[in-house]
Amino acid sequence: MSQTSLWEYANPRKFLQTTDRVLPWVAALAGVTLVVGLVWGFFFTPDDYRQGATVKIVYLHVPAALMAINAWLMMLVASLIWIIRRHHVSALAARAAAPVGMIMTVIALLTGAIWGQPIWGTWWVWDPRLTSFLILFLFYLGYMALWEAIENDDTAADLTAILCLVGSVFALLSRYAVNFWSQGLHQGASLSVQPGERMAMIYKLPLYVSMTGFALLFIALVLVRTRTEIRARRMRALLARERMGGA
Amino acid sequence: MPDLGKYTETVLSSYAISLILLAGIILVSLRRARRVKKELQDVEKKVKSNG
Amino acid sequence: MIALLIRDMRLAMRAGGGFGLGLSFFLIVVVLVPFGVGPQAAILSTIAPGILWIGALLACLLSLDRIFALDWEDGSLDLLATSPLPLEGIVAVKSLAHWLTTGLPLVLLAPILGVLLNLPEAGFLWLTLSLALGTPALSVIGTFGAALTVGLKRGGLLLSLLVLPLYVPTLIFGAEMARRGAEGLDTTTPLFLLAGVTCGTIALLPFASAAVLKVNLR
Repeated sequence: MSQTSLWEYANPRKFLQTTDRVLPWVAALAGVTLVVGLVWGFFFTPDDYRQGATVKIVYLHVPAALMAINAWLMMLVASLIWIIRRHHVSALAARAAAPVGMIMTVIALLTGAIWGQPIWGTWWVWDPRLTSFLILFLFYLGYMALWEAIENDDTAADLTAILCLVGSVFALLSRYAVNFWSQGLHQGASLSVQPGERMAMIYKLPLYVSMTGFALLFIALVLVRTRTEIRARRMRALLARERMGGA
Repeated sequence: MPDLGKYTETVLSSYAISLILLAGIILVSLRRARRVKKELQDVEKKVKSNG
Repeated sequence: MIALLIRDMRLAMRAGGGFGLGLSFFLIVVVLVPFGVGPQAAILSTIAPGILWIGALLACLLSLDRIFALDWEDGSLDLLATSPLPLEGIVAVKSLAHWLTTGLPLVLLAPILGVLLNLPEAGFLWLTLSLALGTPALSVIGTFGAALTVGLKRGGLLLSLLVLPLYVPTLIFGAEMARRGAEGLDTTTPLFLLAGVTCGTIALLPFASAAVLKVNLR
């Protein structure tokens, strides 16, 4: 019954050792897929009949938006694992993922706004999906700010984990509230960037590659940042011990 | 460079801002990783020599 | 627990307890709005329900850190936590005290301020009703935020950053209910959605707030 389970990697030292071997491969794969996806999409796809060349923005906007949400989901799972099983690596991974998720959210927001500009004529509309991402951005900020504000590592981990849980419920609730709220808009249709929209294979394939690239990039960055957090935590522990009079 | 027509600015600025932000988070993460790794090594050395 | 409720309310009402501040802030915000957007009656009456909601929300926000701050500083929070009363109950009582001393007065002041903003006649009832339904949620959500930041000096800004996104659903449904009422439209949907959010938060958040306090009191 002693097969390696995922929990073994929860040990910080083991995590560092394992990621030492795995990270270069993940990073390399991420780089390759990302470049292939974006180059393919940018250079080798035709213009859309309705949206012209702006359809090329989809290779950035959709993967970023998906990762913005997936990053938060990962943080939610990591927070739950911390609360239930108290694996420090889990709490640190959640902390590590937040800035990456936040950047993904910003990319989704900016590309969404830029994409909409020729269609709407303005740089911003309170389209329900863009608005939801704006709220998600605020949740990321709050989560990161709380980590920064609390000195004690374990207290910070606990509080941010509970915040992530409560925040997730409210984020979901806000999604529905914003949809309800935007029904009152008299302006035209919302951003017609539905990823589920009937998309020809010729666009879908490079999009899937790009999405994979973004996902791998997220994983690589979270691994890098978690390793940093583990080391920073160890350093703080060592310094604290020193201050209290030596080992 | 494909002909982007009237959407040149739109598409190029999207790509530019996205790539800048991605490069940014990558560089920041890598730089901090290197710095913390070095600081930890320094602290561990110091602790070893004190203990 | 009734004793705790009365004590908290008394603390809030005495001089320096912040009771009048919330109301004054609400008034000031409402007075500032015409200076910002112009005095035209038509514009004001369109935005009145929303502005009144936002003003009430911000006034609520201001008084949130008082929920736990005083007890934290003099150690009574520790005593409360070790008392036989469940911490969830204590938290709920504190939220109630906050609502009675902050939310409810705002609800009562709102129609008066509505006159300043040319709130349409039909709107007065619905605005008051929507605030009455929604401000308890603001208190309960605010209590959660206050618990998270209880130990921090100058945690006020962080408290706002954490709490305001959580206020969005209540604000959306409440303001929509007030707006529809003012325009004479049917308010059933936002009313039930608002009531749902309020009931849900009252039922669930005290548990989260209590868990947070336990962490902070370790």
